[in-house]
Amino acid sequence: MSWTIPTLMFLACAAASVPLGHWLAWSVDDASSGVRARLDRALRLVGGERALRPRDWRGYALSLLAFHAVLFTCAALVLTCQSHLPLDPDGKADMGADLAFHTAISFATNTNLQHYSGEVALSYLSQLVVVMGSQFLSAAAGLAVLAALCRGLAGRDSCGSFLRDTVRVALVVLLPLAFALALVLLACGVPMTLDGAAAATTLEGVSSTIARGPVAAVVAIKQLGTNGGGFFGANAAHPFENPGFASNLVENAAILLLPMAAVWMFGRMVASRRQAAVVFAVMSLLTLSLVGAAAVTEHAPAAALEGLPVASAPNLEGKELRFGSAAAPVWAVSTTATSNGSVDAMHDSLNPLTGLAPLAGMWLNVAFGGVGVGFVNVFLFVIVAVFVAGMMVGRTPEYLGKKVEAREMKLASLGLLCHPLLVLGGTALFAATAFGRDSVLEHGAHGFTEIVYEMSSAAANNGSGFEGLLDDTPAWNIVTGLVMLFGRFVPIVLPLAVSGWLAAKPRVAASAGTFRTDGAMFGVILAAVVIAVGALSFLPLAVLGPVAEHLAPR
Amino acid sequence: MPAVRDTGTLSPATLVAAARRAFVKLSPRSMAANPVMFVAWLGALVTGLEALRAASRGDDGQGFAFAVTLVLWATVWFANLAEALAEARGRAQADALRAARQDVRARRLASSERDAQVTEVNGTALRKGDFVLVEAGDTIPADGEVVEGVASVDESAVTGESAPVIRESGGDRSAVTGGTRVLSDWLVVRVTADPGEAFLDRMISMVEGAARRRTPNEVALTIVLAGFSFVFVLVCATLRPSASWFGVQVDVVTLVALLVCLIPTTIGALLSAIGIAGMMRLGLENVLATSGRAVEAAGDVDVLLLDKTGTITLGNRRATELVPAPAVDALRLAEAAQLASLADETPEGRSIVVLTKRAHGLRGRTLRDEDARFVPFSAETRMSGVDVRGRKLRKGSCDAVAAFLERHGGRLDAAVRDASDAIASSGGTPLVVAEAGGDGARALGVVHLKDVVKGGIRERFAELRRMGIKTVMITGDNPRTAAAIAAEAGVDDFLAEATPEAKLALIREYQARGHLVAMTGDGTNDAPALAQADVAVAMQSGTQAAKEAGNMVDLDSDPTKLIDVVGVGKQMLMTRGALTTFSIANDVAKYFAIVPAIFAVALPQLAPLDVMHLHSPRSAILSAVVFNALVIPALVPVAMKGVRYRPGGADELLRRNLLVYGLGGLVAPFVGIKLLDVLIAGLGVA
Repeated sequence: MSWTIPTLMFLACAAASVPLGHWLAWSVDDASSGVRARLDRALRLVGGERALRPRDWRGYALSLLAFHAVLFTCAALVLTCQSHLPLDPDGKADMGADLAFHTAISFATNTNLQHYSGEVALSYLSQLVVVMGSQFLSAAAGLAVLAALCRGLAGRDSCGSFLRDTVRVALVVLLPLAFALALVLLACGVPMTLDGAAAATTLEGVSSTIARGPVAAVVAIKQLGTNGGGFFGANAAHPFENPGFASNLVENAAILLLPMAAVWMFGRMVASRRQAAVVFAVMSLLTLSLVGAAAVTEHAPAAALEGLPVASAPNLEGKELRFGSAAAPVWAVSTTATSNGSVDAMHDSLNPLTGLAPLAGMWLNVAFGGVGVGFVNVFLFVIVAVFVAGMMVGRTPEYLGKKVEAREMKLASLGLLCHPLLVLGGTALFAATAFGRDSVLEHGAHGFTEIVYEMSSAAANNGSGFEGLLDDTPAWNIVTGLVMLFGRFVPIVLPLAVSGWLAAKPRVAASAGTFRTDGAMFGVILAAVVIAVGALSFLPLAVLGPVAEHLAPR
Repeated sequence: MPAVRDTGTLSPATLVAAARRAFVKLSPRSMAANPVMFVAWLGALVTGLEALRAASRGDDGQGFAFAVTLVLWATVWFANLAEALAEARGRAQADALRAARQDVRARRLASSERDAQVTEVNGTALRKGDFVLVEAGDTIPADGEVVEGVASVDESAVTGESAPVIRESGGDRSAVTGGTRVLSDWLVVRVTADPGEAFLDRMISMVEGAARRRTPNEVALTIVLAGFSFVFVLVCATLRPSASWFGVQVDVVTLVALLVCLIPTTIGALLSAIGIAGMMRLGLENVLATSGRAVEAAGDVDVLLLDKTGTITLGNRRATELVPAPAVDALRLAEAAQLASLADETPEGRSIVVLTKRAHGLRGRTLRDEDARFVPFSAETRMSGVDVRGRKLRKGSCDAVAAFLERHGGRLDAAVRDASDAIASSGGTPLVVAEAGGDGARALGVVHLKDVVKGGIRERFAELRRMGIKTVMITGDNPRTAAAIAAEAGVDDFLAEATPEAKLALIREYQARGHLVAMTGDGTNDAPALAQADVAVAMQSGTQAAKEAGNMVDLDSDPTKLIDVVGVGKQMLMTRGALTTFSIANDVAKYFAIVPAIFAVALPQLAPLDVMHLHSPRSAILSAVVFNALVIPALVPVAMKGVRYRPGGADELLRRNLLVYGLGGLVAPFVGIKLLDVLIAGLGVA
């Protein structure tokens, strides 16, 4: 396996993420000139002065929730009425209620878990409005939340205006970036058309319908905004979404780019590049460890083929060979460590222990996490790390010059509880009841992993699927719908509150006795806390799923 | 007051009492205050019921269930015991305090007349409105108002100024402060405040733990621990339904055992003991805190305001140099200065004798040989000296001596006045020595009295600087003197010509810049500054107002204590952090012990996870819970004494604690559980 290209890709992303992070910070800066001023004027025209008014964390959170409620409603309406709406050349049927509920939440929450196949179930309008539109807006909303959090941490009086932040991120950063990426993808051979499916006759004389559509536009933002909602059911393994080696490389880089940039955006907004660098290093370390582990375990041949003449190392089951042999583990970890969720290989076919890597990525959900929200998640771990380690230097804990006290710890603890609660609770529900038994095809450890994966993907707002599930059932649609909802908003609102409270506190002067959060020592502690919380919460699931399958007698 | 140190060991009776209290504390009401141990308590209840059920069915698991139940109750009891022990030690300390506070003696007068009937009473027996007689050498027993007499009073303990002040009835010099000492003459004082009483009682109840309220950081940590506990409740509660996917019915006793092992019982059990022990360690330094909050804040302090006198310099000035007047032999000056000081028992006087002896080889003579009459310092003449064979030798301030010379037909030499001024402007105190006898009156020269910086204080300040704590010297001296002493002592900054207002303003300024300020004080005029400071240590010898305004009282009245107080605060926080880390790090080994044990039958392929190669699933689970229980008493000494604390920068402290408690916490249970497993298997228990 060649590791040169993935390594170069990672380095290139890391390098590009710095200026991109500054661009993000620039886009949400209070200063208003040029394109930002024009957007502000436009927003004032549409929404009045209220749309631009800075709010405290409560106001910001309320705007955010209201915005997503609107997003959800629009998406649900379009999906359930698509046959009556324009841009439906192939005459797709309306979506059922529970699936539409699931899909609308899925896209509004930046999860993009799909219990349908895009080419079968969605009209072009749904693809463009629900899939592409919300992929822009939910990603922009995630970055807006990060901007608000940073304003709190920087000690500003207000969190800013949610609408203004979202519009600016979407139009100043995401739109040009996605446009550029779409052009690159076009050049790689990704189709972009509003014509209906093509009819073709194969060499054997069989007539075949080839689904196509405005793919390049959808795929570009799908990869950039840690969305992952594919145009086709096979997602990035489909040749029209991801034609070859070059497109695979570009798309994989696009997955990592914005989540990485979000960290530098934080550094810029709190005026400390060192703080950002420590968090960036920890996230990189976690991601690269998972990539390394996945690569090693995937190097073994598939268990089913062991000892047979067709056995090959690495495991080639479920892989698209046009991407190269190293692509699958790198992509699998990139897409789960960052809450993206697009897949270019079947995760169900990964070796059991390799399957643990994407699971771990979703359990931790902080390396690098979703655009914006990845850092918001890690912020809770930072608070806990600062709290425990801060005491060990003999001072009451503080972060960025603000004392961390009971009130903040209450919310931080609740925020950290949310993720295990959703994953463990959801898994238990489906493992113990007919919901799971009737919809999971595999028994034993592999079937268990499928349930765990689906819940983890929903709770982490990831959206990738392990597959092997009959997931379009009312139980899966409703439960994972709710899991996505809580998994998205609880870990956004609670950190916002914490940062709002911290902002209101007087700043404590730093001294040689202060626990520094911008050094290697803090990096080690932060990594330890993230791993400890993740491992202690999810170890039983890992043992019963992938580990038990790996150790199973053959 | 005598030191209160005799609390290091506990008598068997105290131990028995603590053991009994640990049972009383098992009531659900007192358990509910501690979420972590409450979960363990509930767990013990559940396994107990489960054991009874198994027994009623005659299950083969009943022995195991009873064993686990027993260990879980022991875990909870150990936690209570840790708290009870800490409280018992606090109580012992409080008793010592009660005994100690009665030893200020006072002479109560029946009326405001000096010659009224005198009753000897305890200082604490004085009440507002009582009259007391205080004579030279006595300590003024309480704050009061002079109604009769005039006297020089050494208020250095209160004001930090070593020069005696005059106190007399009427006018604005009539207030006297408890703890100050009358140097000459006498006073009749009307007591204006009930001494210490209510205040000290409040302190004692704090030490006893009766009035203990959890400190902010302790509350926050409790919340974090509750959060961790909830995660583990979640993990264990979902394990049973999740395992049902494999057709495995996870035993309730085993699940509860796993839960109690995973929740941070170690820190949960020791948390309140750490808090009580922190207060107690302050007590061992003879400092009483009015709240745990103050102890915690002490760890955060990064600016120390230190009074110059008594803290940075020795309390009194010392003679360092003799400057003879023109045409006066140095030896003659030395001799006169020595004679004038021989009977002078003040530290300044003694230092003059020492200097003349050392510099000029003059042997100390006794006044009896010389047929001399000692003239003590008095508030009226402001001089002291001796009359020897018709010669009057006097030493005193420049002005007082000039007046003395004029009375005896002499005149103060301009050169002497210049020398005196030069000493004053260099930061020293000049003392002019004069002689009046048969051949007229003249000044012989000037004694240079100087502040002496305490030995080792410079190193101490350097150490504080490494800890990130800034030291600021507070003095009433002029800026030049202050700068000289500040440079010599190595403080970071100084406030010269300090008035109470300037002190208060300085504290506010530091606080506005985000610093936490600690100070000591004892005078009534310190009260506003003490109230403003984050950590305010009032001297026991200080006024009531100062003690009420501060949040700690130093029974030794030693302002240097502030540095130790900061250390105790830091150590308490470090102990909490270290034991939390230890507790969480322990979980890794416990997972490796229990999870393979749970699935040993249904998923035998998980055997490789049993890295410790434990004897059997049941012995694995028992070893884990027993280890979990035993860690608590094993760490009680750490909770009581605090983790080892050497002053140093944040990174240094963190590295050491992480290594010892993080890495140690990771490794220790692997060893401990394996040993217990061998033991349990050997005994054939499971």
